[in-house]
Formats: sequence, structure tokens, C-alpha cells
Amino acid sequence: MRRSEEREHRVATEQVPKPDHAAPGRHPIFTDEHEAMRLEIRRFVETELAPHADEWEETTFPDSVFRRLGELGFLGLSYPEEYGGQGGDYAYNLVFAEELARSHSGGLVMGVAVHTDMANPPIRMLGTHEQKLRYLVPAMRGEKIACLGITEPDAGSDVAGIKTTAVRDGDAFVVNGSKVFITNGHRADYIVLVTKTDPDAGYGGFSLFIVDMDSPGIVRERRLEKAGMHASDTALLSFTDVRVPAENLLGEEGKGFYHIMWELQGERLIGAVGAVASADLLIERTLRYAQERQAFGRPIGKFQGIRWKFAEMATRVEAARQLNYETARRVMAGEYPVREISMAKLYASRIACEVADECLQIHGGNGYMREYGIERAWRDLRLNRIGAGTDETLLEYIGRSYGI
Amino acid sequence: MSTTDSRSPGASGDANPASTGLVGQGRGPAGWDHLFGEEHHALRRSIRDWVTRELRPHVQAWEDAEWVPSSVFRRLGETGFAATPYPVELGGQGGDHLTDAIWTEEIARSGSGGLAAALSAPTTIATPPILKFGTPEQQERWVPPVLRGERVAALAITEPGTGSDVAGILTRAERVEGGFRVNGEKCFITGGVRAQHYVTAVRTTQDGGHDGISFLVVERGPEPEGAEDDPALLGADRGDGISASPIEKLGWHASDTALVSFQDVFVPEDHLLGELHGGFKLIMANFGWERLSMALGAVAGMDLAFEQTCAYVAQRRAFGRRIADFQGTRWALAEIGMEIEAARSLTYETLRRHVAGEQVIREVSMAKLQTQRTAVDVIDRCLQLHGGAGYTKEQGLERAWRDARLGPIGGGTDEIMKDVIGRLMGC
Repeated sequence: MRRSEEREHRVATEQVPKPDHAAPGRHPIFTDEHEAMRLEIRRFVETELAPHADEWEETTFPDSVFRRLGELGFLGLSYPEEYGGQGGDYAYNLVFAEELARSHSGGLVMGVAVHTDMANPPIRMLGTHEQKLRYLVPAMRGEKIACLGITEPDAGSDVAGIKTTAVRDGDAFVVNGSKVFITNGHRADYIVLVTKTDPDAGYGGFSLFIVDMDSPGIVRERRLEKAGMHASDTALLSFTDVRVPAENLLGEEGKGFYHIMWELQGERLIGAVGAVASADLLIERTLRYAQERQAFGRPIGKFQGIRWKFAEMATRVEAARQLNYETARRVMAGEYPVREISMAKLYASRIACEVADECLQIHGGNGYMREYGIERAWRDLRLNRIGAGTDETLLEYIGRSYGI
Repeated sequence: MSTTDSRSPGASGDANPASTGLVGQGRGPAGWDHLFGEEHHALRRSIRDWVTRELRPHVQAWEDAEWVPSSVFRRLGETGFAATPYPVELGGQGGDHLTDAIWTEEIARSGSGGLAAALSAPTTIATPPILKFGTPEQQERWVPPVLRGERVAALAITEPGTGSDVAGILTRAERVEGGFRVNGEKCFITGGVRAQHYVTAVRTTQDGGHDGISFLVVERGPEPEGAEDDPALLGADRGDGISASPIEKLGWHASDTALVSFQDVFVPEDHLLGELHGGFKLIMANFGWERLSMALGAVAGMDLAFEQTCAYVAQRRAFGRRIADFQGTRWALAEIGMEIEAARSLTYETLRRHVAGEQVIREVSMAKLQTQRTAVDVIDRCLQLHGGAGYTKEQGLERAWRDARLGPIGGGTDEIMKDVIGRLMGC
């Protein structure tokens, strides 16, 4: 068997270009321009972010990261030029998410993604010209930081259970309630907030607001401690009689539920892409480790059992990647593939967790140690199966999507 | 995009089925417009229609008989569906791997892995080596009659003692006056009883290894009168030193899978295919497409089982409601649908790159590994959702379940795939 394998391998390696996103083998959603931007982002991430990953686990990453990303134009890759963005297509968001994963700091990735792919897209999509000037323009420069307020102590994936109220009072709304697990909650300058404006209207009773975080009545309560994502700041926020000018209503009154469901699609897809990128990096690192680490007289990567682990991981990650890219392609073609987005997020999150666990295993005792960064990824990635819609919520959406 | 896009997957607890494909069905190839054009859709409709009208009604009978009538091969030849990628001069349609992919997917929807294999093997695995390495004379002789379905060809590599490890081939061809004398046994040969010629891997040097393998086209003597659909008569030695007998299997019942033995079979010099001792190249040349077509077939087979399962759970009742209304069922469907979409995405992107002429051995191996295992798993879940009905012949699922099990073995086992992928990664 060995000679046949080796021959097949030799034939294979002679002919196959190494997997490389910049090679002709890249998915058709990416162009040379995307790849040029990829390299630019990668350079920045590797020189200015990754070296600080360990330190930021202790301190959370500094706000200056946003300003620096803004200076470089990375925060607005796909936002309109009119509002300070770069005017690129959606594939740039994928490139950014993939390269940001190289910071090896799940918390940083999440903090930035909340800004670029969760809180601000609804403003771009639904905001008035004035709202965009006031919020998007400084957001693109990283001078204002955004957070998104959906989850409450009693309502997570079940968005319809939200209790935070916004009651009309003259030319303002008065907001009362609390939001939990709010990424960037402590540093944010504004929050895109999901509220209930009509308690009797069911799904039609929700509205979105952009709320300045320095408004009287907002208390940034505890900094929540977490299993992972230590570089991100996660807040419990309370709102007591916070007056929000009516002009800060985002989108249509009563349409907030539908608006936020739209937002969640983008959040899920970018989460799926980030999960695959993280899994790739873990495999890459672990491969290096397996090629160097010796046991029983040879590099552990030369044991068939370990080789097969890599083959299985890479195969599943590749399936997840292609599901992501195909789904992104459809989004870019103007479709709204809710089912496939849910599938992509569910699939990628699970696989990333499995890969992290397998990579930790291949690292043996070292994998369990902080120094190697694998245990951090293992903890960080676990959130992917909970945030932006739990595995269980997504199974329910997908199951129902068949309309049976 | 506009605010009208702000539809909700949770508004009534439902995603919007209208936006995501046919209700109760996987999305299927619809929507892959960057891959398939209108002419491909038209071809797909024609093949699906033909499979539905002319094959599906007979599938169970052919499974039971463990034989597909030869007339079906000729009928297929008339339609040209299996011959699309071949040059027009040789009787094909000058298509490419995309049209071949459509054939592969649609024949998989016959619901019989054995039928699909029987009808596809001559054009998908047995004849490509002749197209790629044959002389014009060899092509003229052995390609058109196979495309017309008048002659069945088989690829003969595997032996009782060697499968994925082709270096272990023992069937030997000795030099004799005017040609070769072949002795040995080949097994698991699809179409082996019916075949009129075998594209055969033989050892042409004394010492082992890859460099001593050559390919010969071994022809059978004239078919005995009235033997067309009589496996016993067809398989018997016709004075040519060749005999073939069917092998009973877990699945793929409609496929004629044979043990073929060669005893002092004389093969003329001009039946050597490609270079002497250069046979390994021939083996490698078509692996990519064979494996990719297995991936395509597996995805199509999963689609079929899933559609059937969606229909079943929608009408079957238990404990006062449709079983589709249990969360456990919904989640099972979600898992199945997700696995299929992931498998399809990987397979189609690999197909796109293969068609574009890229070398994608790694991705093909991944697609093959991922889809075959997934198909076994998915079809098992579909069978489970059918309960006792799934275990009966009538629903066809037990057949799909048995047929799928060959996937992780044939065309390079899962273990070989993992070794190829792992080594390409540098392990």
C-alpha cells in the first residue's frame, strides 16, 4: 500500500498548487482586488494586532484599535463612500473577517465585528441621511464605537421575548429595561437598541433606536466574566427613563423585529466565515507543531492516525468554507438565503469547535497550556455555537424552513 | 438591497420557504447559475424525464433480477445522455464534465446505485482511458459502439488480492508472438459478465511496483446466439479463455459485478493501450473524475432520499399529529438538509474548478471522503424517519441505504482519501 500511496502522493503534489486563496483556485466571489486587500489587512493584523493578543486577554483590547482600523479604511470596506466607507462589495467583509482571525484574539474579532457587521449595517441599511452622517461617518473612522442591544436577561435567541420598552413622550421616546451580554457595551458611544414600542402588537410591536450611550439614565453595569473571549468587553446595561429623540428611531416604527432579523443574517454569515478562518489557523499551527514534535522516533505528524486527523479536519473545514462562500455568493447576487445562512453558521460553528478540540488534543499537554494559545481558541470558539442564534435555534429555523 | 429585504425567519416561526427553494425539497442544483446555464437545465430536464418514465418503473424488477436488460443500454445509447463529454467524431456530443455531471446526478435519481453504476461504468470509467491514451484506430474501434450502447466495456483493475493498492496487481501479460498472453483474475468488475471488452491492468514486468503495469484491451469472443440477457451463457468461456461470474453483494443489486478470470488469453499487440509499463498513468488519469462523479452521485442520492423523507413526515401521523410537527423531526430534517448543502457546496465548487482545468486532487479527495460518509449517515437518518416503512423494500430507502454503503469503499476507500489529503498537507 505504501508505494501506491507515495506514488499517488507524488503525482498529486507535483500537479497541485498548494491551497492558496490568491491562487486561481479561489472562489469566484474574490477578485485580485480582494486578494490585494487581503494581504494589506494581513500585514496589519500580523504586525499590529497579533503581538498584543496575550496582553489584551488581560486588559481587553484598547479603543485605539478602532481608530487605527478606521485610519486604514478597514472599518468601512463595504460601506458607501458617501459616508466614509470604501464602497466595496460584501466579499470584502469576508476578507476582513478571515484576516482579522489572524489576530488570534477571539475577543478582538468579536468586538470589531459587532461594529462592522452587526451594529452598523442596520444604520447603513435603514438609517436616514442625518443618522448616517452623525453615526456612520465617525464609525467608519473608528472615532465612535457601536454596540448592539438585542439580548436581555430573559430573552436571548427568542428575540420576540424582549421586554425593554420605548414609550412615546412628545418628540422623544422614553426607554426602560436592561440588556445583557453586550459586546463593546462599556466602550461604545452608541447602541443600536431593540425595544418594544407596542406591547399589544406582537411581532409588529418592536422598534429600533440609535441611542447615545452618554444619555442620562444609562448605567453600564458589571463587566461580565466569561469562559473565553477575554479580550472583549461584555456588559450588562440598564436603561432607566432614558429619553431618546424620536429622530433616533432607526427604520420604521413597529418593524424592529424584522429589521433585527435581517441584521442577524449578516451577523451569522460573518460569524460562520470567522469560524472557518479560525479553524484554518488552528490547523495550520497544529500542523507545524505535528511536523516538529517528536514522539517514538518520528514527528507525530508522520503517524497515520495523526495524518488522518488532519485530513478529516481539513475536509470538514473545506465543506464549511464552500457552504459559506456559496451562501455569500447568493447574498451578493441579491438573494436572501435565510436557510443556507443558518446552515452555514450552524455547520461552521460546530466544526470550528471540533477542530479546536482536536488541535488541542494533538498538542497534548502543550495544548492545555496557555502559552500555545490553543486552549484560548478552544474557549473562544465555544461561543460561536451560542451567540447570534444558538445551534438549537438554528436547527429550528432550518427545520421549519422546509415548510412541511 | 432595500428594506423590503427585512423579512423574518422568525416572524411566524418560519423561514421564508418561497425564498429558499421548493417547499419540502432540498434546493438541488437550482440556483447554481454560475455553474449551470439554460442548456444544462434543459439537458437535466430531459434526463430526469427519461429516468422517471423509462427506468424508475422497472428498477425493482431489475434489482430483483440482479440484471439490467441489454436493451436498456442500447436505449441509453440512442439518447446519448451518457456520452455527452465525448467528441462528436466518436459519437459523443462534445460536451464537458458539466454535462457528464448532470448525467451522473440524474441517473443517481433512479434510486438504484446498481443501475446507475451499470449504465455509467462503460462511459465514465472504462472508456476514458481509451479516449485519453488510445490511438485513433483504437478509439474508432472501441469508443463509438460503447457510446451507442451496443457494446459494454468494463474497467478491470481490482483483483482478489489487491484493491486500492494497485501496485499489488498480479494478473500478468507475457510477451508472445504477435501480442501477449494474459493470466489472472479480476474482481468487483462492474459490467464484468456483460462486457465485450475489458480495459485491463496487467503486470508486464517480472518485478513488482508501479512501473511494471500496462493496460490491455482484452476482447471477448463473439457473443453466443440468444445469450444477450443470460448471465450464465454470457459469462461462460467462449473458447477465448475468459470466464466471468456474478458476485453477490450487500447492495448495488442491479449492477452486474463480476469475478473475471483470464486463462492463457491471447491479446494482440495493437490492443496495448498507452505505453508499455506506463499503465499507472492511466489509472491515475481518471481517478479525479471517477471520485468527483461519485461525490455528485452521492449528493443527488441524498437529495432524493431527503425529498422522499420530507414528503413522508408530512403525511405520517403519530400521537395525534404529523410526525413533521415534532421538534425532533424538524431538527433531524435540519441536520440532514445542512449536511447535504455542505456536501453540495464542496462538490460543486470542486466541479467548477475541475471543469476550469485546475488540478484539484486535494479537493476531489475531500469531496469524495465527505460526501460518501455523509450519504451513509444521511440516508440512515432518512430510513429512521420512515420507521418500519423505511425497512421495507417498497419505500426504496433500504436499497438506498445499502447502496450508499459502497461509497466509502469504492473508487478509493475513505482511508486512502485521508492518506492522500493528509500527505498533501505535509504529514
